[in-house]
Amino acid sequence: MSQEKQTVTVNLGPTHPATHGVFQNIIELDGERIVAADSTVGYIHRAFEKLAEHRPYYQITPITDRLNYCSSPINNIGWHLTVERLLGVQTTQRIDYMRIIIMELSRIADHLICNGILGVDSGAFSGFLYLFQQREAIYEIFEEICGSRLTTNIGRVGGFERDFSETAVLKLRRFLAEFPAVLKEFEALFDRNRIFMDRTIGVGAISAARALDYGFTGPNLRATGVDYDVRTASPYSRYLDFEFEVPVGENGDTYDRYLVRNQEMWQSLRLIQQALDAMPNDGYHVAVPAFYLPPKAQVNTVMESLIYHFKVVMGEIPVPVGTLYHAVEGGNGELGYYLISDGGRCPYRLHFRRPCFIYYQAFPEMVIGSLLSDAIMTMSSLNLIAGELDA
Amino acid sequence: MALTNLALPMATLEPTPFGTAVSETVAQHFRVLNHVLQYGNWCLEVDPTAYYAVVQDLKHTHGFTMLVDLCGVHHVAEPASLAVVAQLHHLPERTRLFVTVQLPITDPVIDSLVPLFPSANWMERETYDFFGIRFTGHPNLTRILNEDSMAYFPLRKEYPLEDQTRTDKDDRMFGR
Repeated sequence: MSQEKQTVTVNLGPTHPATHGVFQNIIELDGERIVAADSTVGYIHRAFEKLAEHRPYYQITPITDRLNYCSSPINNIGWHLTVERLLGVQTTQRIDYMRIIIMELSRIADHLICNGILGVDSGAFSGFLYLFQQREAIYEIFEEICGSRLTTNIGRVGGFERDFSETAVLKLRRFLAEFPAVLKEFEALFDRNRIFMDRTIGVGAISAARALDYGFTGPNLRATGVDYDVRTASPYSRYLDFEFEVPVGENGDTYDRYLVRNQEMWQSLRLIQQALDAMPNDGYHVAVPAFYLPPKAQVNTVMESLIYHFKVVMGEIPVPVGTLYHAVEGGNGELGYYLISDGGRCPYRLHFRRPCFIYYQAFPEMVIGSLLSDAIMTMSSLNLIAGELDA
Repeated sequence: MALTNLALPMATLEPTPFGTAVSETVAQHFRVLNHVLQYGNWCLEVDPTAYYAVVQDLKHTHGFTMLVDLCGVHHVAEPASLAVVAQLHHLPERTRLFVTVQLPITDPVIDSLVPLFPSANWMERETYDFFGIRFTGHPNLTRILNEDSMAYFPLRKEYPLEDQTRTDKDDRMFGR
C-alpha cells in the first residue's frame, strides 16, 4: 500500500447552497483540513461599467440596484449623491434625514440576512426565521415609500419623488417599536450559545494589518478593531447631526464580525429614531428641474412638463465636466463611485468600487489550515453578494 | 463649477492640509507631471517610471496604508492613452489621494502594486481583463470576470456595447 499523502479537491460552487451566490471555491483538502484554496468569480458578470457608459445618469440608478441587492437603497442613494456632487446640488435637511432613515433601514435588512444565514450555516434555523419577519416589515416600508421591495430604484437626483406617506411613517414607527425585542431575542439565541461560539470564535480570523492590506472595509474591517466607517470618515447626508457609535471588534474572526453587525443594527435603530424625531419640513426635493422628473399628472396635461420628462429620461441635459469619487458606507463596506464626466449625456467612465470584490481575495488566506466546515462559516460571515462581486 | 452641497462638511470638499502638503512633497521628489484637485481630492499624474516609487513612498513614508481602488480609463482624445488610477487612503488624516499614469495604447505596461498591497491583485486583474493593461510583477495576470477565450478588452471605447452584426433586430426606429 502506498504511503503517499493524498489530497482531495472539493468544488464549492458555482451553484452550491453554502456559497449563497454564484461563485466557485476550489478547495484542496487533506482529510478535513484545507491546504489550498482558490476562487473563481465572474459567473454573473453583466458589464455594468460598459452599460453605464451608454446610459444617461438616471438610467444608471436601476443598474446600481443590482450590485448589492440586499441593500439596494444604499446603492441608489450613493449614486444620487455622486451625481448631486457633480452638479453641485445642495439638498435640504429633510431629504438628508429621509435618506438616512432609508439607508439605515437597508443596512439593518442587509445585516439581518448576513447574520441570519450565518446562524443557518451553523445549524440554527430559528433565528433566521424570526429575523426574516422583520426584514419583511422593512420591505413593506420600502414598498410604501417607492413602490418596490428588492430592487428599489428609490429616490431621485435632488431628493424624492414623494414624501413619506402617513402609512409609511406608521409602519416605520411600528417597526421601531417591534424590532428591538426581536433583535434582543436573536442575540439571546446566539451571543452566548455554546455551539455557535465554538463554531465561530477564532474561525476565519484576520489581523487588522492584513485586513487593511487586503482593502477590507465595513463590518469586516471593523471586526478587526479598525474604526473606519465612511459615515464618519467622509461624512455625507448630515450623518454628523446625530449621535451614533461605530462598533469595533477585536479579533477579526467570524464571531466578532457577527457581533459588530448586531451592534450596528442597534446603532442604525438609534439613527433612524433620531432622524425621524428631528425631521424638519423643508421640502422633500430641491429645485433641479433639469434632473427632477415632473409630477406624472402634469406630464399628461402640461406641454413643458412633458418636454422636461422626455429630456430628463433621455439625458438631454448639460452636466459639468469633472472627475470625482464619492463613497457611501454600504451594507458590507465602502461602496464607491468613480465618475468621469465629459459633459455628455452618459458618463465617460464609471467605476464601481465594490467592497466584496476587493476583500474576497483574502478568502484563501483566511481559510487555509482550517476545517472545511469552518470555511463555510467564514464565507458566510464575510457577507459576499455575488451581484456586487461581479458587477 | 460651484460646489455648494452643504450636506458635506467642507473638509471633504476642500483638500485637507495634510493632503496638500503630501502632494507637494511628492511633486518635489518624483517626476510628477501634473497635480490637480478633483472635488476635494488631489490627483497626481506621475511618470510611469516613477509610479511604483511614488506609491511606495506614500505607503511607507506618509502612511497611506490602504489601497482603496484601482481602475483603468481609456482616453480617446489624441494622443489616445490608457490610464491607471489608484486611490490611496490615509485613515487617521481622512485623506484620499489619487495617483494616475498615462500609458501608450500600443504597449500599456506598468509596474504591479501587488508587492505593496495584496488587494491590488484582483483589481489589477480586473484592469487587465477590461483594458489590456499589463502589470509587470503580477503573480497571476489572467482574466477575472470575463471568459478566458475572449480576444478583446471590452471596456476600451472602440468595442461596441452589443454585437453590431446582429440581424434579428429591427433598428430602424430605435437604433442606438
